[in-house]
Amino acid sequence: MRVALFATCVNDALYPSTAIATVKVLERLGVEVDFPAAQTCCGQPQYNTGYRRATEPLVLRTARAFEGYDHVVTPSGSCVAMVRDNYPRIGAKAVAEGRGRELAGAAASLVPHVYELTEFLVDVLGVTDVGACFPHTVTYHPSCHGLRMLGLGDRPRRLLEAVRGLELVELPGAEECCGFGGTFAVKNADVSEAMGEDKIRNAMSTGADVLCGADNSCLMHIGGMLRRQDAPQRALHLAEILASTEEEPLR
Amino acid sequence: MSGTYLGMPAFPRAARDAVRDTTLRGNLRHATHTIRDKRARAVAELDDWAALREAGKRIKDHTLRHLDRYLVRVEEAVTAAGGTVHWAADAEEANRIVADLVKATGESEVVKVKSMATQETGLNEALEAEGIRAYETDLAELIVQLGKDRPSHILVPAIHRNRGEIRDIFRSEMGEWGRPAPEGLTDTPAELAEAARLHLREKFLRAKVGISGANFMVAETGTLVVVESEGNGRMCLTLPETLISVVGIEKVIPTWRDLEVFLQLLPRSSTAERMNPYTSMWTGTTDGDGPRAFHLVLLDNGRTDTLADEVGRQALRCIRCSACLNVCPVYERAGGHAYGSVYPGPIGAILSPQLRGTGSEIDASLPYASSLCGACYEVCPVAIDIPEVLVHLREKVADQGGAGHRLERAAMRTATWLLDHPAALNAAERLASSTRKLHPKRLPGPGARQWTNSRDLPDLPAEPFRDWWKKNHA
Repeated sequence: MRVALFATCVNDALYPSTAIATVKVLERLGVEVDFPAAQTCCGQPQYNTGYRRATEPLVLRTARAFEGYDHVVTPSGSCVAMVRDNYPRIGAKAVAEGRGRELAGAAASLVPHVYELTEFLVDVLGVTDVGACFPHTVTYHPSCHGLRMLGLGDRPRRLLEAVRGLELVELPGAEECCGFGGTFAVKNADVSEAMGEDKIRNAMSTGADVLCGADNSCLMHIGGMLRRQDAPQRALHLAEILASTEEEPLR
Repeated sequence: MSGTYLGMPAFPRAARDAVRDTTLRGNLRHATHTIRDKRARAVAELDDWAALREAGKRIKDHTLRHLDRYLVRVEEAVTAAGGTVHWAADAEEANRIVADLVKATGESEVVKVKSMATQETGLNEALEAEGIRAYETDLAELIVQLGKDRPSHILVPAIHRNRGEIRDIFRSEMGEWGRPAPEGLTDTPAELAEAARLHLREKFLRAKVGISGANFMVAETGTLVVVESEGNGRMCLTLPETLISVVGIEKVIPTWRDLEVFLQLLPRSSTAERMNPYTSMWTGTTDGDGPRAFHLVLLDNGRTDTLADEVGRQALRCIRCSACLNVCPVYERAGGHAYGSVYPGPIGAILSPQLRGTGSEIDASLPYASSLCGACYEVCPVAIDIPEVLVHLREKVADQGGAGHRLERAAMRTATWLLDHPAALNAAERLASSTRKLHPKRLPGPGARQWTNSRDLPDLPAEPFRDWWKKNHA
């Protein structure tokens, strides 16, 4: 089984600890992981802001970088949603405009191989107990793309519930968007902040030590607000909790 | 569309005040959460909801594909039933037709049942200019009209008002328009409803002309359908001598069997009811019963242009249930007025820029008034992929350039270049990491300043992931 890590640009540049944690979890489960260095970004920021043509080189780059792997795994639901929902659209539009036959082919061939981390663990490897230990109270925020576009369902919860020492507490209004939304956070800063405030108020009301999510872009927004307000709670990616063990505990 | 909203600022600025108005945010939050929870329960009762939703989508798509044929069918059937059909290309033409029809009756007052099409065309203002007074009779529309306000929700136009505010509006304004509010009116719902009932009853009994919209038009018989909760609509439809219905051309459905699907989808999605209390249907005119004259004004006003857009046309499937508004986190904070249109919320964000074009500041900003969270798509009873259309419209706005987009385009191109050159990207990452101690907490520049206004940026790592990988694995 040839498995490629799709680290994503956000994790590569800002949250390498999440990508490292993903590697650790997968290797602990006996998976041989490769990191194709030609990968950069899936193109979601450009595409969602209305720059479809500027996305095309990145679609092609991403698709080519992962050619030949059985599975491509990423700790980001939103990047998987980008590939699954939008790569076929981008390919089809390019073809309709009389170019990009190669782009459409490459984009389509990537789609069935890409998995979000929890999907890969639960559906492909068939595990929920990954041997993790994290003795803290945790509340889980299901990011919109994972929740609605990928339909991750209870996969992240099942993984968290199997972590030794972890107490999972319900997040009120869990399914509501945190207000990040890529460039939305900048273009509609006031509304984005209002949504974020409600999210962290709900998160803090749980009394949990950690707000866990599976998308660092959302966590950057939520965590940035928690820190600005000197909240006792911190935002943490699911992969890092799953990587934490008794021998090598997380911080 | 209506002149009422001309000169609206872009959405982010319009939303700013709403976000800071804690009363408004409280009203909106309470109302949207109550109705969204009720809707979820009403929908969960049906085990064939997904099939119904798919059927609704298909019927609408089929009808839109053959719209010309079904509209001709409507015209033939309405005419055969004793009605008259008028075609209006835009708002101005629709308003002119209606004003002329009212004037021909010699009347200077009309009663109206909630009609989004006439809100869209700004009919009340157009009639006012011709010396004709239009009275809104839907309770929430009445509150909006008395308060010299604008609707802020499709189903609950006065959603932004609480009971105390409504009592104050009734007390101070009802007398100006007709029967005043009773002495000592309190804010209990029963008393408020009774005050409105008495006020409106006087108008129903006096009016000779009624103006309505319609939720559906059944092509095979030329029958128009209005679904409502209060019965005020039925009064409007049956008591006057002349009835004028102004309806968007996308409201047609082929047959009565199709109506069956929508009469299940609409009430559960909008009011969270199994069945709405009043469903009124009218077909042309009947001797000795109901209005003596019936006019149907078929309104285009940007709809055929919308139909021409392969991705955007799905917005015309909308049955105005407002489920998307009630689940939208952006609508909940920004309120309906910020959308600058009679169609607020997610559906407004895709419908208004298509009906009106993206020429104005507000219309160019609407496709960006969403975090693309997808909650609207999930609840839409006719499966309009609102996020898909939003992104599609963003592309149009970005292509047309203008305010801010030139700079943005350059930035996006630079980002793409960098991301298409891994070595350059790696160098940039290393530079950022090596200077990380120097980065200030709050940053200048358009994007960064907004970001660091309320959030800390993440600490940059000592090294990017690709460097860690090279050291440890490669």
